[in-house]
Amino acid sequence: MDSSLRKVQDVWEQDTAIVEGVDISGPWNRMFGQRVIWNYTPELIDEIASFPGAESFAWCYQCGKCVPVCPVDVVGDYGPRKLYRKAQTGISLLDSPDLWLCTTCMNCLRVCPKQVDMVQIMPAVREQALLSGRPLPAELQEALENTARYGNPLGQPPRKREAWVKDAGVPVPILHQIQRPVEWLWWVECYPSYHPRGIDASIALARIFHALGLDFGILGREEKCAGDSQRLAGERGLFEMLAEENIRTLSKYEFRHIVVTDPHALNAFRKQYPKYGGQYDVWHYTTLLARELPRLHPLLTRQLPYRLTFHDPCYLGRHNGEYDAPRQLIEALPGVEFTEMPRCRQNSYCCGGGGGGMWLDSFAAGRQRRRLSEERVLEAVATGADTLVICCPYEVSRFEDAVKSTGYEGRLRVRDIAELLAEAMGLIGEEPAKA
Amino acid sequence: MTLAVILKQVPDVVEELAIDPSGTDLDRDSVSYVVNEFDEHALEEALLLREATGEDVVVVGVDTTGELDQALYTALAKGAQRAVKLVGDVEGSWLSTRALAGLLAPVIRELSPRLVLTGVQAPDDLDGQLAPTLGALLDWPHTGVVVGTELADGLVRVRKELWGGIMLDLELATPAVLGIQAARATPRYVPVGRVRQAMRESTIEEVEVETPVESAPKLSRLRAPEAAGRAEMLTGSPSDVVERILEILRARGLY
Ligand code: SF4
Ligand code: SF4
Repeated sequence: MDSSLRKVQDVWEQDTAIVEGVDISGPWNRMFGQRVIWNYTPELIDEIASFPGAESFAWCYQCGKCVPVCPVDVVGDYGPRKLYRKAQTGISLLDSPDLWLCTTCMNCLRVCPKQVDMVQIMPAVREQALLSGRPLPAELQEALENTARYGNPLGQPPRKREAWVKDAGVPVPILHQIQRPVEWLWWVECYPSYHPRGIDASIALARIFHALGLDFGILGREEKCAGDSQRLAGERGLFEMLAEENIRTLSKYEFRHIVVTDPHALNAFRKQYPKYGGQYDVWHYTTLLARELPRLHPLLTRQLPYRLTFHDPCYLGRHNGEYDAPRQLIEALPGVEFTEMPRCRQNSYCCGGGGGGMWLDSFAAGRQRRRLSEERVLEAVATGADTLVICCPYEVSRFEDAVKSTGYEGRLRVRDIAELLAEAMGLIGEEPAKA
Repeated sequence: MTLAVILKQVPDVVEELAIDPSGTDLDRDSVSYVVNEFDEHALEEALLLREATGEDVVVVGVDTTGELDQALYTALAKGAQRAVKLVGDVEGSWLSTRALAGLLAPVIRELSPRLVLTGVQAPDDLDGQLAPTLGALLDWPHTGVVVGTELADGLVRVRKELWGGIMLDLELATPAVLGIQAARATPRYVPVGRVRQAMRESTIEEVEVETPVESAPKLSRLRAPEAAGRAEMLTGSPSDVVERILEILRARGLY
C-alpha cells in the first residue's frame, strides 16, 4: 500500500439505512464528517451583491459551467466563476482590471444553472466604480466624454451625422427637412453615420430600402447615440440623458416602426427605452429584409462567387433571439457557398466590442493572448471562407483590423449583409460604394 | 482656505465655425462651447491639491455665453465646493483678456484664496495674458506653464516647463496666481449622473458685473482660414500613396 495514503478520520456510516425503499446500509451511505469549507470571508461578495442589479453575483455555487463558454476566458483568464472565486480570496472586482474585460456577451448566463447574470452585474459594479471616482481606462473615458458632448463616441461633429446621405446615390429623407410622416424611421446610429466602412453599409442599405420602395426617413443630425454600450460600460446617467433626449426627438415625428442598423440600438429600444416612456415597434434591418424576401428575391440577379461564413452579433442573437433572418438573407444570395463556424447561433463567439469593449480595445488586448476579434477571424478562416459576413456596425472595423493583425489581409474580407445584398442587386460594385 | 479656479468657455472647434454676417463675430447660433482645455487642467490640479491638503475649491467664471452653468455644475460634480458666476451685460460679448481680468480681480480678492489657478492660455488668449494680468492687478506673484504644484506653509512649490523640456522648480509666496499647462493627472471623468445631481442639489452664487469701458483694440474683421495652397492630394493605389507619404516624410527628415 502507498505509505503516503492515510486513513481518513471522521467517516460516518449507518449500519442500516433504507431510503425510499432502497437499502443503502453500510458503506453505501458513507459520509465524511464536517469539514472546513468557509476558508474565506464573504465580505467582498456581499459588497458586490449589494449594488442594485448585481444581486445575482452572490448566487454562484462554483459549478464552473460558465468558464469554458466565456469568450474572454478562451483568450485569457476569466468567467463569472473565476470572478467570484477571486472575490472570495480578497480581490475586489471594483479595483481589478477584470471589471472592464466582460463584454456582456451573455454566453455565461445561457449555461448558468443559478442565473448569475453578468449583463446586469457588470454595469452595476462599473457604475459604482465610476461614482466612487475610481479612474477608468483612458480610451473609455474619451468615448464617454465624446458621447456626452457630441452624442457619438467617435467625437465627430453632430451636424455631420447626416453628411453620408449625399453619397447615397438615392434619396434618403431626413425628417427635419421633409416634415411628413413615414412608415419606417431608420435609426442609423453612430458608426454607420461616421465610420467610413459603416457608411459603406449605410449606403448599401439606403439603396436596398429605396429599391424596395420602402417609405423611410432618418433623423440625421437630431439623432444621438442610443447609448446602450455606454450604459453597459457603467454610465447609466449618460444613458438616461441620451434616452430622454432621443425620446423627446422621436416624439416630434410620426412613424409606425423603427428599423435599426445596430443591434445595440435594438437592445436599447426594446429593453431600456420603455422604462423611460419610449415604446416603439423596433426591427433589426435583417429582420425587416427577411420579411421582404419575396420582393427581394427577384431583384437578387447577380451571382456572387463567394464562400461565406457568418458571425452572429451577441446583441442580435443571444440578447434578442434573432438567428434566422441573417441566414435567410445569406441563403438567398445567388451563387454563394455558406459554411457555419463551429461556434455559431446560441453559442456564437463574441467580437469583443460589446459592453463598452469597443472602447477598451488596447486595455483588453494588453491582458489577453489575442483579441476576441482575432480569435474569431481565425475561426472564420478555418472554415475556408473568403468573406466574413456581419450585420452589426461594431464588427466591420474590429474584424478588418483583426484580419490585418492575423496576417489574413487579402484572404478574408469582412462585409455587411447589406453590402452583399446590394451587390447581388447590382446597386453597388464589389468594392465598397464609397471607397 | 480656498483655491480659486477660473473657468472660461471657448467655441468648440469640432464643428466648423461660421462667421456672422456682421463679419466681426462668430455665428453664435451655430457655436457650441467647451471649457478651455487648459482650464480643465487647472481644475484638476486644484482638486489634486485639495485631496492632499483639504482646501476648498471655488470655481469662478464670467458668463459671456449664457451657458456657463453647465461648466460650473460639472466642476461641482467633480469635487469643487463652491461656484461663483459673474453675470450682467457681458453675456453675448467677447471680453478681452484684460477686461476679463479686471472683472475677476475684485471677486477673487474677496475670496482671499491661497492660490488662483487658470489655464496657461486659451484659444482667445493665445499669448496667455490672463494669469499675469490678474497677478498684476492683485499684486500677487505669478508664474505660468505650470505642470505641477505642492502647497507648503506660506508658499507654493511649482514645477514649470522651460524650452527643450527643461524643468524648473520654484517657490512662490502665497497667495499666487498660476497659469496651468498640465495637471499632474488627466482631468478626471465625472459621471453624468453626478452632474445632474449637482444641478439639482447645488447652487451657483451670482455676482452682478458691468462690461468695463476699456481702451482695447477694436475688432474690425474676422476671417475664415484661407487655404494655404500647399496641400497635396495623394491619389493612386494604397501602395502608391504609402510610397509618396514615405517620400514626403524622408524629404522633411521625419523618417
Ligand atoms: S455557471 Fe453560474 S453558478 Fe456555475 S460557476 Fe458559473 S456563475 Fe457560478
Ligand atoms: S457575459 Fe460573456 S464575457 Fe462576460 S463573463 Fe459572461 S461569458 Fe464572459
